[in-house]
Amino acid sequence: MRVALFATCLVDTVAPQVAMATARLLERLGHEVVVPAGQACCGQMHVNTGYRREAVPIVANHVRAFAGAEAIVSPSGSCVASIHHQQAMVLRRAGEEELAAEAEALAGRTYELSQFLVDVLGVTDVGAYYPHRVTYHPTCHSLRLLRVGDRPLQLLRAVRGLTLVELPAAEQCCGFGGTFSVKNADTSTAMLTDKMANVLSTHAEVCTAGDASCLMHIGGGLSRLRSGTRTVHLAEILASTEDAVSPHQTTQPAIPAGTAEVSA
Amino acid sequence: MTTAPERTEPTPLAPGAPKSGTTFLGLPTAPRGVGHLRGDRSFPDAARGALRDGQLRANLGHATSTIRAKRAAVVGEVPDWEQLRQAGKALKTATMARLDEHLVELERQVTARGGTVHWARDANEANAIVTRLVQATGTDEVVKVKSMATQEIGLNEALEDAGITAHETDLAELIVQLGDDAPSHILVPAIHKNRAEIREIFLRTMPQFQGPDADRDLPAEPRRLAMAARTHLRERFLRARVAISGANFAIAETGTLAVVESEGNGRMCLTLPQTLITVMGIEKLLPTWQDLEVFLQLLPRSSTGERMNPYTSMWTGVTPGDGPQEFHLVLLDNGRTAVLADEVGREALHCIRCSACLNVCPVYERTGGHSYGSVYPGPIGAVLSPQLTGVEDNASLPYASSLCGACYDACPVAIDIPSILVHLRGEHVEAQERTTPEAVAFKALSKAMSSPRLWHLAQRAAGLSRFLARGKPTMPSMLPPPVSGWTRSRDLPTPPRETFTQAWAREHGAQS
Amino acid sequence: MTSAREEVLGRIRTALGENRPEVRVPRDYRTADDRPAEQLLDVLLDRLEDYKASVLRCGPDQVGATVAAALDTGLGAGWDPGAVVVAPGVPAGWRPDGASEDDGRPAVELAAFAATLTGIAVAIAETGTLVLDGGPLSGRRAISLLPDCLVCVVEAGQVVGGVPEALHRLDPNAPLTMVSGPSATSDIELQRVEGVHGPRTLVVVLVA
Repeated sequence: MRVALFATCLVDTVAPQVAMATARLLERLGHEVVVPAGQACCGQMHVNTGYRREAVPIVANHVRAFAGAEAIVSPSGSCVASIHHQQAMVLRRAGEEELAAEAEALAGRTYELSQFLVDVLGVTDVGAYYPHRVTYHPTCHSLRLLRVGDRPLQLLRAVRGLTLVELPAAEQCCGFGGTFSVKNADTSTAMLTDKMANVLSTHAEVCTAGDASCLMHIGGGLSRLRSGTRTVHLAEILASTEDAVSPHQTTQPAIPAGTAEVSA
Repeated sequence: MTTAPERTEPTPLAPGAPKSGTTFLGLPTAPRGVGHLRGDRSFPDAARGALRDGQLRANLGHATSTIRAKRAAVVGEVPDWEQLRQAGKALKTATMARLDEHLVELERQVTARGGTVHWARDANEANAIVTRLVQATGTDEVVKVKSMATQEIGLNEALEDAGITAHETDLAELIVQLGDDAPSHILVPAIHKNRAEIREIFLRTMPQFQGPDADRDLPAEPRRLAMAARTHLRERFLRARVAISGANFAIAETGTLAVVESEGNGRMCLTLPQTLITVMGIEKLLPTWQDLEVFLQLLPRSSTGERMNPYTSMWTGVTPGDGPQEFHLVLLDNGRTAVLADEVGREALHCIRCSACLNVCPVYERTGGHSYGSVYPGPIGAVLSPQLTGVEDNASLPYASSLCGACYDACPVAIDIPSILVHLRGEHVEAQERTTPEAVAFKALSKAMSSPRLWHLAQRAAGLSRFLARGKPTMPSMLPPPVSGWTRSRDLPTPPRETFTQAWAREHGAQS
Repeated sequence: MTSAREEVLGRIRTALGENRPEVRVPRDYRTADDRPAEQLLDVLLDRLEDYKASVLRCGPDQVGATVAAALDTGLGAGWDPGAVVVAPGVPAGWRPDGASEDDGRPAVELAAFAATLTGIAVAIAETGTLVLDGGPLSGRRAISLLPDCLVCVVEAGQVVGGVPEALHRLDPNAPLTMVSGPSATSDIELQRVEGVHGPRTLVVVLVA
């Protein structure tokens, strides 16, 4: 299958290793990956912060960039949820009926990674190897808007070497919430603190999820505490193989050196 | 960012899109200066204090986790819960579509059965009607059944101004009233107090514990505290001549009113006094008697987590020889018609005040109800209060949510609260007459994200900020606002040298 | 000047505009319960006890004796029959000798009685609910409220499965009281405790 990858603005800019891992994984499973160069953002942040008029051209760009794609996959539950639930609504409100219909059709072909793997490709064992103790945080939009259910857990359970530990109060929001994390920074931090306490109680080395944004929030908190527990996107775990997990476990699997390393 | 305020040309609205502003189609919102729909601080400011209150956090965490477990258990045992939920949603939508007709029918039925119906445009008018009705009886004290509508309009204060004492009889309302406090939860207004704090309030304020001979033996046990409330109120119930209540439901077809409660204080008020005055928001209506079969299943399981609450009272007008012989029904607008005018926001009027959304909300659980500044806290309050007052009077509330969606899942009438929150954020942004720094930033970002060329430039610019990190994997924690909102508690990863799309293009050449 | 009534109704019409949605209400929830009567009685008993009501079962010819036993449960042995008030339509065979029939005295005076005996209109098995309808068997609302102990006699034919069936049997014009267990509150830390303003003891005599 020819799969168009929507990296999302956040992953593309600050967590490129997540998109790279998604691409490597899909290629390893025998699919052709294309990355439409015109892609930027789904418009979610604008819509959710109240700038729905300003979201219109962003959504229009997204629809343009992915026009004609057979299947679109993205390593972000919340962006895919926005594509499914918000894009057409925003366009309709602005009177863009035709574009809204296109956005709807596109949404029908857009999948969050775990849904694409399990429902479309029908695989749960993607041949990954990841010898770490991992806990999984089901992000709110994956859980409640996309209803991905236990698909990510099915995928993780099939990863060789991986020890999956249950996260207490897993379904509680981590407190990210997009601009909520800044506009209501104190409440967001209080929610994050509880999430981190639960993550740390599992003694996992790695907290994973299907959303880079929530992971940046949880990971940013864990890093600030110097906790030693790190956040790794589900795509990175699934892309890992025996060859590509480095001995010091920095989790740069299956990605050629230089693309994902942080350097000034 | 320091941008001089400037006026910008708004994007033209689609035909039929409602104009933003405090009054849709010129319909008035709830008036200022009366009632309890507006806080004196923004949500983030109020929350900051609450978050530091360890006792409050412990009380709320304990109470909400208790009720979440109970609700989940009793909802889980109903095999047709989702069907009931969808029926409830459809019934409310149908009711709102014909609200005027149903209200006229309700009035006709109540009047035919010996009741009197009054209409109140707003809080001031409702307070004046009730005050006049109480004064006409010649009494200077009333007993009250817990009612959100009368809290909303500040009825107790209005009565007090007229020299009438209102005794709250619901245990939690009593705790709030005796403690000179404000309610913080729709169902359990004293949820922010624990048993020890309640004991202290009772010992300090109840006449039975005063004086040299008083038996001040009151253990901090819920059962004993409830007993103290029984003793405190018993005499007041027996001597009351006027009671004031709200209503959970009113049936247009029959003129029947329903109050759902637990303690029996409601029954005392609805049965013993000569005169009963019920204040009800116009949205509490249901068209037919049969419709109650849905809501009497949805409400108790969602609110107290019981299969059925201990007492539900239903009455139609006046029954000779049984209960109050004079019955007044006050139908309250107070901004509800303004809510009804918003095609997205009107769903908030479907609320049956069960509190399930509060109990599952991670924001409410941590900040408590007072942070919302309105008698309607939590997720439903964050969509209801700004609509009743006009969004600019409660502008921080639509943002008081991480949009996690737990409220939508728990709502027994499936109100899509997250979508209404997002809608109200849009209304707020579009109501701004002056350009804020935030708006400048979002407009600039919108431009960039709409054009691949500009977007790549913007990404490159973002990438340049990595020089601030001076080779470290995270950015400095001292950065200017609004980034400081993030970096105060979270590290920010240093942006990589190359974006994913750049790396991919380098490897594969440009793709479309 | 327009009246508040006309103004509020006018606002609603303005708010709704011309195109009011036609809404179809799906009623595919359960409206009947085909479980056998005996099983419904078991459910009712279980739910009543779960909400801290006491339940005594008896045959149709043992109601009087069982009511006496119920009063033993609620008031302790040696209770005064004169302190028991009875709804006017309660059959003679159910009443303790010497009990007072409600004579329509001012409602607050009923507070002097220690216990009340009534029948009911309908019982809902699934929720453990008894519905009193203000008729002669249930009595007026105040008698089942003020005395601290309430004894209700439930006959098998009055038991339905769920809420829809119960409402179908009831007259909306009657003053209705649905009772599910003794009075209770969850207002302190959302923990349910029994016994506030309504009767602190509920004893149900289940005749089947």
